[in-house]
Amino acid sequence: MGAGAFFSFRRFRAMVGKEFVQMRRDRITFAMMIGIPILQMIIFGFAINADPKQLPTVIVAAEHSTYSRAIIAAMQNSAYFRVVRTVASEAEADLLVEEGRVQFVLSIPEQFSRRLLRGESPALLLTADATDPAATSNAVGAFRQLAEAALARDLEGPLHHLRRGKAPLEVIVHPRFNPEAITQYNIVPGLMGVVLTMTLVIITALAMTRERERGTMENLLSTPVKPMEVMIGKIMPYIIVGYVQVSVILLAGRFLFRVPMIGNIPLLLAVSLLFIAANLGVGLTFSTIARNQLQAVQMAFFFFLPSILLSGFMFPFRGMPVWAQCIGEILPLTHYLRIVRGILLKGNDFAHILPNLWPIALFLLVALSIGLKRYRRTLD
Amino acid sequence: MSEAPYVIDVRHLTKSFAGKTVVNNLSLQVEPGEIYGFLGPNGSGKTTFIRMLCGLLRPDAGSGSCLGYDVLAESDRIKANIGYMAQRFSLYEDLSVRENLIFMGRIYGVPDLDAAVDAMLERMQLTPFTGQLAGTLSGGWKQRLALSACLLHRPRLLLLDEPTAGVDPKARRDFWDDIYTLAAQGVTSLISTHYMDEAERCHRLAYLAYGNLLTSGTADEVIRASGLTTWSLSGKNVHALAPRLKALAGVEQVVPFGNVLHISGHDAARLELSLQPFLHGEYSSQKTEANLEEVFISLMQQHKVI
Ligand SMILES: Nc1ncnc2c1ncn2[C@@H]1O[C@H](COP(=O)(O)OP(=O)(O)OP(=O)(O)O)[C@@H](O)[C@H]1O
Ligand SMILES: [Mg+2]
Repeated sequence: MGAGAFFSFRRFRAMVGKEFVQMRRDRITFAMMIGIPILQMIIFGFAINADPKQLPTVIVAAEHSTYSRAIIAAMQNSAYFRVVRTVASEAEADLLVEEGRVQFVLSIPEQFSRRLLRGESPALLLTADATDPAATSNAVGAFRQLAEAALARDLEGPLHHLRRGKAPLEVIVHPRFNPEAITQYNIVPGLMGVVLTMTLVIITALAMTRERERGTMENLLSTPVKPMEVMIGKIMPYIIVGYVQVSVILLAGRFLFRVPMIGNIPLLLAVSLLFIAANLGVGLTFSTIARNQLQAVQMAFFFFLPSILLSGFMFPFRGMPVWAQCIGEILPLTHYLRIVRGILLKGNDFAHILPNLWPIALFLLVALSIGLKRYRRTLD
Repeated sequence: MSEAPYVIDVRHLTKSFAGKTVVNNLSLQVEPGEIYGFLGPNGSGKTTFIRMLCGLLRPDAGSGSCLGYDVLAESDRIKANIGYMAQRFSLYEDLSVRENLIFMGRIYGVPDLDAAVDAMLERMQLTPFTGQLAGTLSGGWKQRLALSACLLHRPRLLLLDEPTAGVDPKARRDFWDDIYTLAAQGVTSLISTHYMDEAERCHRLAYLAYGNLLTSGTADEVIRASGLTTWSLSGKNVHALAPRLKALAGVEQVVPFGNVLHISGHDAARLELSLQPFLHGEYSSQKTEANLEEVFISLMQQHKVI
């Protein structure tokens, strides 16, 4: 009997087998794990509106003139836009939108000022990432007035006649990804992350504390089983539960809410593994710290609240104060939400989501190390 | 490793919880194949001591070895070779009898597991309960299941914490038969118990009170070392005498056994003098050997005074 091995597949399999049987026997918990996603889908069918400011914007300027500068300056001055930079091509701007780095692209066409002066009402194109309609609608509304007001100041004196009659310029808004601004399109994919966070963290937070409370930890610790085998063995069955939840939501989203899913579903399922594991890691860490099951549940809620409030699920991420965004950036749910929306609504591929993938991986690594370090190999 | 003179050899083990010393400077040696009894009143530190042996608790001080492996540094190796039965049922109540055994067998890597589990179920007469959830077994059957689980991987050392608490007499006898058979095969057992008849069945025993080892040795050695003199008194209405006897000089304990009274004390001469009026006449009397229970109770009382 090899006692020295750090990880034995045989003992790991024993743990997994046991956890599966126990999970199957615990009917109520099992029903909850499937019921929660459905319940949340119904509850969060409504959107919560907010008024985010300082939305990152890039400018694609085919012309540099007094008028274009006036418009950009007016955007800067309004609280809604934060012009992060000017790029040369539409393609480059598009990529930034797809990756979710910016919310808006303002395109100023060639000969803008010439046509303006001739009274031809040239068009300004404002492209918006409308995945989360709540995040963009106010800013879009503000832009129309702001552009006209900016020009009004310049069209004085001899040019005053241009202000009469029809509008001097036209603003074309091009909402990308979710043109009709249907909030369910944003909420339903977001729910996937929320449901996984909510159920998986609680379930695993209970896993180890339950062994301790029922006294079975004493038996387990007296055997040669290693912390790694126990922890991963306990995580395993719930990964499958996580996938069941993902499937329920995807199917309901597709057939109940008719959310368009243009992205690569297998890619989404693959990266979901990382997110599921991250949540299970947190739960397991909690369960090595909590003294009893009640504490474990409280800790899970302690994690769940910032996750749901600061991740961009409840409120548009860019509408939150900086300190809240900083916390949000740490949470795996924030990054997962961007990935899910990115894949489902924008058709992101692997390269697009990479910037949001590694923060989750890092989080998982930290959570598991804390868990393993805190795993008490003795009863005292 | 079996050449080592002692299977358990620990010295000066000490453990305290929140400043309260629960096991105090305890040294113990157990030889291979020995059945070692571990006795002591509730809260005397038996469970704590056994937990330290199998690495479930870290001693605050002291050192020692178990099966030749260091208690502090090699608990992984110790765990693979012992069978530990906790005082409280600590298998999974939501797994069936068979599932529990299969789980434990897999953890220890028992070869040919299905057959081994079947044989164990048969041997412990658990076969009728194979598919029943462990949580629904009666107390005694739970104990038997727990014992089966720690025998499955054929450990060389058994650490059994009150394995027969709540078990019926027939099952207890079966249990002791098993322990003797295993001992003959070289398996060593350390068994904590509150039953005096079981104490007498052990090759050697130790008595613990308030964390201190008060006495150890074979049952005879323990009795002789106690220096206790006992008289048995029998006759009609002998029980009515008890209150009077208790008040006499030199009398430390008066214990009824059926229609016999056992009167004991440390000072043989004073005891005999005090009992003089009762030794003749209507009661028949006899100087006998103290039994373990009297020895233990007297040890406990003495220790309390200190
Ligand atoms: N984890 C712990 N934390 C604090 N105190 C403890 C802990 N474990 C045991 N004790 C204390 O240590 C003392 C000895 O307990 P232990 O369980 O070893 O006694 P025992 O001899 O096994 O008693 P019993 O015959 O009732 O089983 C008790 O006073 C108990 O309250
Ligand atoms: Mg005990």
